[in-house]
Amino acid sequence: MKKKFLPYLLVSPYLLFLTVFVLFPVLFCFFLTFHKWNIIAPMHFIGTDNYTRLIHDRLFRKAIGNTLKFLLLHIPLQLVVSLFLAQLLNQKIGAISFFRASFFMPVIVSGVVVTILWQQLFAYDTGMFNRVLTTFGISKVGWLVSPNIAIYSIAVMATWKNVGLYVILFLVGLQTVPTQYYEAAKLEGATPWQQFYHITLPMINPTIFLVVVLSTIGGFSLFIEPYIMTGGGPLNQTLSAVLYMYKQAFQFYNMGYSATLGFFYALMIMTVVLLQKKFIEKEE
Amino acid sequence: MRLKIPILRLLLYGCLLVAAISFIYPFLWMIGAAFAPSHELAKMRIWPAHPTWSNFASMIQKIPIGRSLVNSLLVATATTLLVMATGSMVGYALARMRFRGRQLIFYIIVFTMSLPFQITLIPNYITMVHLHLVDSFSALIIPFAVSAFAILMFRQAFQGLPQALIDAARLDGCNELEIIFRILWPNIKPVLVTVAILSFIGSWNEVLWPLIVIRNEQLMTMPQLVTLFAVGGRADSQLGVKIAAAVLLALPVMIAFLFFQKHFIQSMASTGLKD
Repeated sequence: MKKKFLPYLLVSPYLLFLTVFVLFPVLFCFFLTFHKWNIIAPMHFIGTDNYTRLIHDRLFRKAIGNTLKFLLLHIPLQLVVSLFLAQLLNQKIGAISFFRASFFMPVIVSGVVVTILWQQLFAYDTGMFNRVLTTFGISKVGWLVSPNIAIYSIAVMATWKNVGLYVILFLVGLQTVPTQYYEAAKLEGATPWQQFYHITLPMINPTIFLVVVLSTIGGFSLFIEPYIMTGGGPLNQTLSAVLYMYKQAFQFYNMGYSATLGFFYALMIMTVVLLQKKFIEKEE
Repeated sequence: MRLKIPILRLLLYGCLLVAAISFIYPFLWMIGAAFAPSHELAKMRIWPAHPTWSNFASMIQKIPIGRSLVNSLLVATATTLLVMATGSMVGYALARMRFRGRQLIFYIIVFTMSLPFQITLIPNYITMVHLHLVDSFSALIIPFAVSAFAILMFRQAFQGLPQALIDAARLDGCNELEIIFRILWPNIKPVLVTVAILSFIGSWNEVLWPLIVIRNEQLMTMPQLVTLFAVGGRADSQLGVKIAAAVLLALPVMIAFLFFQKHFIQSMASTGLKD
C-alpha cells in the first residue's frame, strides 16, 4: 500500500506548485479578462469591454511597437556581436578564461546595477558617451531623452548585458563542428567566408534559433531597464510591455485590464516563437 | 584553425582586448565613482584623487541597506534549498520509479516551462493577497520553491546513475528520502552546483516580483531597495550615493563570480543547451 503512494508523495510538491502557480493563474487570468477589479471593491463582470479597450488602446500598441523596435536592433546586434566574439575565442588563443569571464561579468550582475551604471554612461551632460563625443567635436546625443533614440539606447544596453551568455553558447556550438569539414572545404578551395556561410552557419543553426528566441522573450519581458532609466518616457517611447502591465495593475489598480494585457502578451510571445521556429530552425 | 600570420594574431588579440575592456571598464569606473567626492564624479578617471567613504555613509543613513543584504541572503538561500529539495524528489520519482501518470507529468513540466510569466503575474499577486502573504518572505520564496528546470536537471542526473547503488542502499534499510539525499546526492555534485548557482542568482537578481509583493522597507531585498532608492527622490539626485548602492548590490555576486567563474559559466550555459 505504502509503496504505491510513494511516487505520488514525491511528486506532490510539483503537483501542488502546478495547481497553485501555473494552472490556476492561467485560468484565473482568462477569467479576469472579463472583469473590472481594483482588488478592494467587488469584481464587476464587464463582458468583452477589456478586449474592446485593448483594441483601441494607443498605449498598448505603443508598448508592442516599442518592443518590436527594441527587437529590431537587439536581435541582429546580439547575433553579430556574440558570433563574432565566439569566433575570436574559437581560435587557439591564450588567456581564454580571462576573456570569457570578462564577457560574462554583466550576465550575472543584477539588471538593476547594469541599468544604474548605463544611466550614467548615457547621461546627457555628464555621461561618458557624450563627453567622448564632445572631445571629438561631435554634438551631444540625447541617448535617453530623445524620443527617437531612447529605446535603441536601451537595446544596446541589453545587448551589452546579455551578449556574454550567447558568446558561450555559440562557442559550444562552434566547437561541435567537425574540423574535417573545414579541411575538406579548404582542399576544395573554399574561401574563409564560404566556409563560414556553408559550413559554420548551418551547423550552428540551433544556437541561432535559441538566441533569437531568448532575445525575443527578453524583449517582451523588459521591465527594470525602462522602470529605472526613463519610467517609460520620453513620450512613452520606452514603455515596455511588462512596464505597461505593471502601471495598469499597480498605479491605476486595473487588475482586469492588466491581466488582459498579460494574456495577450503571452499569446503574442508564443506565436512569435512558433513563427521563429518555422522560419529559422532548419531540419537536419 | 591556428592563424599563422603574426599581424592577424595581433589583430585578434587587439579585438578581444577592446571587447574585454568594454565589458570591464564600466564596472571599474562604477567602483571608482562610488568612492569619488561629488566634484570629482564628472571626471572619467578610474580611481578618484581624493577617495571618500561619504557616499556609503550617506546611503547607510538613508536606507536599511544592511538589512536588505541579510534579507536577500535569507530569501535566496531558502529558495535555493527548497528548489534543490523539491527538484530532487520530483526528479527522482520521474527517473527511477514507475507509476501511472509519470509520462504525463513529464510532458506537463516540459510544456509549462515555456509558459510566459506575463500570463501568471497578476493572478499570482492576487493569490499572495488572498493567502495574506503580501509583505512576508514567504511571498518571495514560495512561488519560486519549485523549478521545472531543476526537476528536469535532477531527472536526467538520476537516470544516469546505476540501479545497483539504489538497491544496495535499500538493502541497508534506507528509505527513499535517505536514498536521494544521502546516497545519490554525493554522486551528482556538478548538477547540485548548477542548480544551486542558477536558483541563487535567479532569486538574488529578481526584482519585478519583490516590487509587487513587498511594501515594507524592512523586508525588501537588495535589488528592490536599491531600485526604489534610485527611482525615488531619496538619492536627492546625488549620483555618487546611487552608484554606491549599485556597487554594494553588485559586489557579492562579482566576488562569488571571481572565485567560481567556471561553475557560473557552465551553469548558465546549461540553461540554454538543455533544449
